[in-house]
Amino acid sequence: MGSTTVHARAIAPWLTALLGALLAVAMLFTASPAQAAPGDDQEQTPYYFGGVITFEGEPVAGVTMSIEGNGFNAETETDAEGRWRLYVPEKEEYVLTVDENTLPDGVIVDPEQLPEGIAPRSGTTASFDVEFGLTGSKIVNLFLGEGERVTTSFFDQFVERLINGLNFGLLLALASIGLSLIYGTTGLTNFAHAELVTFGAVAALVFALPLSMPMWLAVPLSVIAGMLVGYLLDLVMWRPLKRKGLGIIQLMIVTIGLSLALRYTFQFFMGGNTVQLPGAGSPKIPLFGAVSLSPVAMISMAISIVVIVAVALWLLYSRMGKATRAISDNPELASASGINVERVVRVVWMLSAALAALAGILWGYFRPGVRWDMGVHILLLIFAAVILGGLGTAFGALIGAIIVGVLVEVSSLWIAADLKYVGALAVLIIVLLIRPQGILGRRERIG
Amino acid sequence: MDWGGIFNNAAGWIISPTTIAYALAATGLAVHFGYAGLLNFGVAGFMAIGAYSYAISILSFGLPWWVGILIGMVGATVFALILGIPTLRLRADYLAIVTIAAAEIVRLLFTSTVFDEWTNSADGLGGYHAGFREANPLPPGEYGFGPWVYSSDGWWVRLFGLILLAIAVFIVWAVMRSPWGRVLKGIREDEDAVRSLGKNVFSYKMQALVLGGIFGGFGGVVLALPSAVVPATYMTSLTFYIWTILLLGGAATVFGPAVGALIFWVVMALLDGILPGLAAAGILPISAIQAGVLRYVFVGIALMLLVIFRPQGIFGNKRELTFVK
Repeated sequence: MGSTTVHARAIAPWLTALLGALLAVAMLFTASPAQAAPGDDQEQTPYYFGGVITFEGEPVAGVTMSIEGNGFNAETETDAEGRWRLYVPEKEEYVLTVDENTLPDGVIVDPEQLPEGIAPRSGTTASFDVEFGLTGSKIVNLFLGEGERVTTSFFDQFVERLINGLNFGLLLALASIGLSLIYGTTGLTNFAHAELVTFGAVAALVFALPLSMPMWLAVPLSVIAGMLVGYLLDLVMWRPLKRKGLGIIQLMIVTIGLSLALRYTFQFFMGGNTVQLPGAGSPKIPLFGAVSLSPVAMISMAISIVVIVAVALWLLYSRMGKATRAISDNPELASASGINVERVVRVVWMLSAALAALAGILWGYFRPGVRWDMGVHILLLIFAAVILGGLGTAFGALIGAIIVGVLVEVSSLWIAADLKYVGALAVLIIVLLIRPQGILGRRERIG
Repeated sequence: MDWGGIFNNAAGWIISPTTIAYALAATGLAVHFGYAGLLNFGVAGFMAIGAYSYAISILSFGLPWWVGILIGMVGATVFALILGIPTLRLRADYLAIVTIAAAEIVRLLFTSTVFDEWTNSADGLGGYHAGFREANPLPPGEYGFGPWVYSSDGWWVRLFGLILLAIAVFIVWAVMRSPWGRVLKGIREDEDAVRSLGKNVFSYKMQALVLGGIFGGFGGVVLALPSAVVPATYMTSLTFYIWTILLLGGAATVFGPAVGALIFWVVMALLDGILPGLAAAGILPISAIQAGVLRYVFVGIALMLLVIFRPQGIFGNKRELTFVK
């Protein structure tokens, strides 16, 4: 250490001071654990695993080791002499994992030099099944060596998240297209869309459980019920309020009131608990590698794709679909050219509510579980999708939803799972900063 | 039914810290929406930032309580600037969606275990009261009359909250009759007209967003003063309750938000007493839990009816309608 400082003094005095301070800090940090016995940071029990990690004969400090099993987990770091100790509550079998990110670069736990009877778990190079012998302690000394890391098959994990994200994105798309169509034809930002989503799932639950219908019947019936709700809402609320001359902002706040009232009505009837739809816990079928998918997820994706294609064809080729797009473009011009705007808007409300109900059922399987506030959980993701794609454009909503769905699922590979929605919401704000009209939107819409 | 108990409880809500906190937040929202026409749906975010700034500066950094409040003001200002820069140039409903999303981001960040060291994640923060209570100028003991009997600390929280509310209401009153306030109302009515007079509309909107945001932050602080800071408080439904309060009192009024908060909480307390009572007496065929939920259904219905039939609120002037276009 002395020689380092002397050498540094030749370069610049301030650098000396800085280096000296850094070294002092480094000494402080490495010195304190060296004084203590390994495992002092944990609750002491009669049973522990311990050992030393060495690389080319030198101890390796600061390696994070964790142990998991029988509902228990703990973590520690190796000290300056490379020693570690992990206490466990029971004399059982555990999984010991070395965090490869804390090892020197390009180095793995050498599989050739493992203690007798210990082998890496399949698909990994740093996780081991460990168990006790006759005594309450087990020594697992690990030697490091150059080698290729197999990181819990990152690619397989990525593909699985990607497929999940696609599934999530497709169900978001169903809800987003409906919201976007309403926005396009009426200019209304409908906060109660979340409750239309919840309604679909709750209706499916009612048809499937108390009325004990099979799902192939319950799903279409719930979608029809959703459509009916859309019709009724337009009949008793939106059309009369529009005729009363309420402004768009007023109507938006009315949708917030409606959202609150409906949400708590669901809670009033079903309470605060989560109920599973039939078939929600079906076992996953392995596809390739470590990727597996439940049959419900596959059916869910198939239904989403079929429905989205059907809606797209309807928008592109049917008279009503063409009228819808014309109104989205320019309501006055559409009205002047003989399109019955009120009639089209009513159909769009029915379609929007039906799509939301279907999205709700699929969301009930994806979460999984039906709950009174399940729609609100994805409302902002739906908004993010709609804004990302361009407010009022149905195809933009589709693209936006898939991007948001994949982003939410895949981003949890890197960021904490409880922050995965934050990424999507941040994208929403960033899009408004750099391209407020969204991917497919036109400049004029942002006014 | 115990009518005495119900009315006693409801009367207590007139000066409860929660009522004062909601009144402060609604006053801030009045500056945003009532006077400047900004659709801020991120009130819960401003309140969360105020409350957490206060608690974290005391617990993690050992600062005095009044510095915690100043940091809450700074936090709310920064949040307003971050929100305003991308959105104030855009149309109103974009601001609505962005603010609601930003408030959710704030809540998720405070809930996340990633920042557990400072925020204590979902469990929230508590035990930061010592400094504030030491500054209590009131004599110790329990005093008051009728339904308003509180400990010295209880009175201190209420007194301090009322002082903040009085300051906020005074500032709104003074500022809105000044030329600055007139420009703001002009922006609300017709942005382009104000712009053609050579005013910097963006700057005025930003100043309004910051001013109202600071009041929202104060609301969060007052909500945190007597008890604890729990992230689940700051859901989007909190924002919607503040909106209901604002529209109840009158969006473009000085005292409307404060009176709205008072009416809101007294009615909620009355319903909280009466509905379970009716359920228990067998008059309503519902359980006690359902009776509690029913109150929130009424909030939603009240919000709809207000906007449809009396958008100017109880104290508002019909000519000064705040829903433009």
